[in-house]
Amino acid sequence: MVTLKINDKSHTVDASPDMPLLWVLRDLLGMNGTKFGCGVALCGACTVHLDGIPRRSCVMPVSAAAGHSITTIEGVGATAAGKRVQQAWLDLEVIQCGYCQSGQIMAAAALLAKIPAPTDTDIDQALSGNICRCGTYPRIREAIKQAARKPATAKKEG
Amino acid sequence: MAQMSRRLLLFTGAAAGGGFLLGLHLEALPRVLAATAEGSQTDFAPNAFIRIGKDGRITLIMNQVEMGQGTYTSMPMLIAEELEVGLDQVHLEHAPANDKLYANPIFGDQETGGSTSVRAFYEPLRRAGATARTMLVAAAAETWGVDTASCRARRGVVTHTPTGRKLSYGALAEKAAKLPVPAQVALKDPKDFKLIGTPARRLDTPAKVNGEAEYGIDVRLPGMKIATVAASPVVGGKLVSLDDSKATAIRGVRQIVRLDDAVAVVADHMWAAKQGLAALDIRWDDGEHGKINTADVVEGLAVAAQMPGVVVRNDGDAPAVLAGATNKLESVYEVPFLAHATMEPMNCTVRLSADRCEIWTGTQVITRAQGGAARVTGLPRDKVEVHNYYLGGGFGRRLEFDIVSQAVRIAQQVDGPVKVIWTREEDIQHDVYRPYYYDSMAAALNAQGQPVAWMHRIVGPSIIARYLPAAFKNGIDIDGVDGAVQLLYDIPAIRVEYVRHEEPVLNTGFWRGVGVTHNNFVIESFVDELAAAAKQDPAAFRRALLRKSPRATAVLDIVTQASGWGKPLPEGRGRGVSVLFSEWGSYLAQVAEVSVSKAGEVRVHRVVCAVDCGTVVNPDTVKAQIEGGIVFGISGALWGGVTLKNGRIEQSNFHDVRVMRINETPAIEVHLVRSLEAPGGIGEPGTAVTAAAVSNAVFAATGRRIRKLPLETQLRAA
Repeated sequence: MVTLKINDKSHTVDASPDMPLLWVLRDLLGMNGTKFGCGVALCGACTVHLDGIPRRSCVMPVSAAAGHSITTIEGVGATAAGKRVQQAWLDLEVIQCGYCQSGQIMAAAALLAKIPAPTDTDIDQALSGNICRCGTYPRIREAIKQAARKPATAKKEG
Repeated sequence: MAQMSRRLLLFTGAAAGGGFLLGLHLEALPRVLAATAEGSQTDFAPNAFIRIGKDGRITLIMNQVEMGQGTYTSMPMLIAEELEVGLDQVHLEHAPANDKLYANPIFGDQETGGSTSVRAFYEPLRRAGATARTMLVAAAAETWGVDTASCRARRGVVTHTPTGRKLSYGALAEKAAKLPVPAQVALKDPKDFKLIGTPARRLDTPAKVNGEAEYGIDVRLPGMKIATVAASPVVGGKLVSLDDSKATAIRGVRQIVRLDDAVAVVADHMWAAKQGLAALDIRWDDGEHGKINTADVVEGLAVAAQMPGVVVRNDGDAPAVLAGATNKLESVYEVPFLAHATMEPMNCTVRLSADRCEIWTGTQVITRAQGGAARVTGLPRDKVEVHNYYLGGGFGRRLEFDIVSQAVRIAQQVDGPVKVIWTREEDIQHDVYRPYYYDSMAAALNAQGQPVAWMHRIVGPSIIARYLPAAFKNGIDIDGVDGAVQLLYDIPAIRVEYVRHEEPVLNTGFWRGVGVTHNNFVIESFVDELAAAAKQDPAAFRRALLRKSPRATAVLDIVTQASGWGKPLPEGRGRGVSVLFSEWGSYLAQVAEVSVSKAGEVRVHRVVCAVDCGTVVNPDTVKAQIEGGIVFGISGALWGGVTLKNGRIEQSNFHDVRVMRINETPAIEVHLVRSLEAPGGIGEPGTAVTAAAVSNAVFAATGRRIRKLPLETQLRAA
């Protein structure tokens, strides 16, 4: 049994230690917001935060996630950066099919939590691991900049 | 030229079983529709697209699926405009499978593709809304004993203007449901539009920022198992033998399913299924295609290209002009097989019993998927229920239902519901690929450098012959020649030919634009060659030839001006231009600005695109589709292409199927032309117009003319 802290809640799951966090979230806990895209950390659709750091859950053994604070797309709106990013994504109509956007939002929220006013280079570095086939990149860039300009309204940073 | 396109359009429609049968489904079957829409008998459901409950809940049923292109906003806008409700007042529901109620009139079945949603439903959905509103107003007028002309509907409420009395749609629903459905209703004058043409917030996105939106892959059913698949790496290959002893020993693996052409590992969760798949020792018989390489495919196309094709357009006598010409150009263009790589890998969930089959998936063709499941199970169609979901990308891939048929075959061997998910590797290697096309071009220039003859021979397999056989007539694939047959350039002798040549091994199908995407690259590259041969500026050369097409000229002028065409660029940079017109009915022009490194890496710095797609429903969505289409098009132009070795696709995941990332994305400007013309398609044109602009820019930057995609492969091969 593995105990995980996800979005400030404790979950105990019966998973082998090498099972990737992605499948624990999706198939054992029914948290479907985190997406499967490639399975080998090439596309970023499965991005979650581990203690605020963006990580690819498709290649992260659940044993490595135990004992850390895990944030997923379902919980990122409770963080100041996450909330601002979600709002900017809606304000600028970033989303098309939306399948990759959980990962994009998680990557952007982690970036803003670390660098409140990111440069284009910062954005490139933080999000170049996240593929969007709909091609929403120009709007993702603008939305991150807008989120950076907006004052934080949520309670805590994450 | 306009006549040409109309002819093609009518041909398409007629061949596909009905042409633009606007309103047929609304007017001919009102009571059937009312009975079919789910809900209580006192709900008001005047047609298959609208249901208003006594509680005032307004539900719009979405027949065109949402895969990112914005239909779940544009379709509601069309209905709400005439129904007189706000977008904030409506709930959306995925339509069930039903060709009678929901067929796309351009195809004849319930299909979302070909950039058709707004074109096909612009009038029918407005009429659906107007019909409902007319009946609600009539119900109110009858209640009050007043003339309908003295009543007005707004935001879901009917008001008797002289007295100020009001009744909500919910309060009127029961009464309206008993009224006859009017055969004729008046549609608004476009100048009175409140929603159409005004940017609207997308209705699907709030659930897509917090993980709530459900895609097919997110379906969960009680007792559901998860399966992942390895199909024969060569199409047509068969399973010979299987050692599953290691796989079955893995914790969570429940069952190994053997099909004649595939193996599936059924497990408690995807991780166990994936591990199980990796632990299988499978032997395949490759069948007759186990030795085919890409070069064999190209050789077959090249041989076919020596034969004359079916003549699709013939103005003047191009062969004769070419035979007598002194200044003549000839080129061969090739474009590769392309994988779609939708972000959501192929998946389908099935629950099967002796007399019923339930399917959960995201598909562009829900009734075809239903038919596929019916064929596999032998059940009648009405015993197959398909639940559609948001699509994590379509791009034509989900116009195929191979995943559904396969998932049902697997489910036949599994107790209880099973969700079949392909790994990314399976997705890349078992796609239905954009065909490899091979085009022969020839043109003659007169002494003034003006083109006097144009010859375009398109060689490739016919997707339409397989997909819409009724539309494949006289040996012409209407999609394969799309964008070539409507050539807008004013050249006295034009001949367009189509040679059908079926390629071995791979299944081929639609890929964002297919015919136009390939033809536009060929045509606009070759026009650039002619401009260079005539020693003329490529934009000015085109402009002169577009003298009979004011809409094309207008978009070209916008992009040349906005891009700073002709103004100096930093050393090593070049600009390229392209123009597009096709059956979609939209006019586009684009200027791309690129530089090329010594190693042959292309950097696209900036893209300016102008779009005249006639009447616009949701302007921001049009811009988003063009922006995204351009990114998709650059990915394809620079890096796209999968290759065959011994009948197998050599690529497998995003390390060797390279697609554009944010750090590589250019600045993109989209200019929309205001227009009252009929709506044109917008989902695919942004992709189709891009490869030529980029390739022409590479020529401007380097002097190298690339006639075979992907560009970087050619530039590196130097």
